[in-house]
Amino acid sequence: MIEFRSVTKQFPDGTVAVAGVDIVIPPRKTTVFVGSSGSGKTTLLRMINRMVDPTSGQVLIDGTDVATREPVALRRSIGYVMQNSGLLPHRKVIDNVATVPMLRGQKRRDAHAHALELLDTVGLDRSLADKYPSQLSGGQQQRVGVARGLAVDPNILLMDEPFGAVDPIVRAELQQELLRLQGDLGKTVVFVTHDIDEAFLLGDQVVIMQQGGQISQAASPAEILANPADDFVANFVGADRGKRALHVTELGGRRLVVDADGRPAGVLAS
Amino acid sequence: MNWLWSNLDLVGELMLTHLALSVPAIILSFVISVPIGWLAHRYRWSRGVLLGLCALLYAIPSLALFIALPPITGLPLRSPLNLVIALTLYGIAVIVRTSADAFDAVERDIRQSATAVGYSAVGRFWGVELPLAGPVLLSGLRVVIVSTVSLATVGAVIGVPSLGTLFTNGFQRNIQAEIITGIVATMVLALVLDWLCVMAGRLLMPWSRPNTATARAVSTTLVKQADAA
Repeated sequence: MIEFRSVTKQFPDGTVAVAGVDIVIPPRKTTVFVGSSGSGKTTLLRMINRMVDPTSGQVLIDGTDVATREPVALRRSIGYVMQNSGLLPHRKVIDNVATVPMLRGQKRRDAHAHALELLDTVGLDRSLADKYPSQLSGGQQQRVGVARGLAVDPNILLMDEPFGAVDPIVRAELQQELLRLQGDLGKTVVFVTHDIDEAFLLGDQVVIMQQGGQISQAASPAEILANPADDFVANFVGADRGKRALHVTELGGRRLVVDADGRPAGVLAS
Repeated sequence: MNWLWSNLDLVGELMLTHLALSVPAIILSFVISVPIGWLAHRYRWSRGVLLGLCALLYAIPSLALFIALPPITGLPLRSPLNLVIALTLYGIAVIVRTSADAFDAVERDIRQSATAVGYSAVGRFWGVELPLAGPVLLSGLRVVIVSTVSLATVGAVIGVPSLGTLFTNGFQRNIQAEIITGIVATMVLALVLDWLCVMAGRLLMPWSRPNTATARAVSTTLVKQADAA
């Protein structure tokens, strides 16, 4: 369990990135922070592995304040996946995946053997092991990034807009892959995105952030859609318009679901 | 040509002496300027001072430096070590800015990602920043190789033997073949060392192949700058 207790972050230039955030991130679930840029979602994520330290307040992992943990050791115990994969361009795929185990002192041979298994886990062919990241497609690189994040079998996996830079078709594949992995592995996943559809698809808990680093609402996707906390949330999730404002019409004795523009979205099953 | 055949031993010997002067200076200037370049990259406020001072070295006329060094180092004027120190200083002047640029060129995202997965500061320098700065450092090193091998000849004027001795001797005795041999041998030496450096780079940085075009472009502009200086 990760817990933020009245966490505030003010940067030296005076910008307040996070303002008094209290949130509990349940274990073995996916929590998605979603908001536009400047909402502090990435800053919150980075506080978990001490890439950023809060100005005030506490971040706790299983009851221990991360401020008491040595940053390098802390980071090696937490998986991290970022946008554009963040792979080391001068290391082969296999070395990239084996990076953290080897930093933790595992023997090269063991780390490599485990890295090959991880390539299987994320659905990559083992023949890619000896390639350099630049020789891979964006989607493949992102999978390698996920494999690297899982390499030390961490309890916590931080994902900072990991699918933001790949095309929509590959993104959909990667999202399904993550859902499958999460079903198998049950990590505590903290995911950051600006895409509300992605948040609703992946998140057990969705945290909607607004400008200035405050939480507008934290709840399950269904709860947010059914009871948006305020106009900002309703607007942000699009509950008041477009494809989320669905209604039912009758056609030939069957009940059709149509969106705000009248386009059919499906048929009511019962 | 006749002159060359009858003096092959002399040319060979001078070539080795020349190598013994320039190679240590090349290595020293590289090893010294990498940490200076890193400091200039890491601490922005130090950049102007560090790079400015190093560039200033290049403005000192070489003969004046050769003569000014012995009182400081306590070495005799004709000591080869004296010349090695002077060449090292010039080498630093040539490469230090490139060295700072090389570290600047390492992408911020990659540096951050290395930190995020748990590299310590020291581990990140050796494992990430230095190798990724490699291609640009290499292009700087190539310029130092050429400029140092060429500059080492000036030592002949104060009596430190090198391939430059062929110029001074050939000039005094009016043997044109000797002068031309000196020039060609110096160029050949520089080109061979440069080639070795490129080969070593390919071996050490197999991942950087797609970027060789940019490295070459940087290197060419640097040669032009060095020539202009």
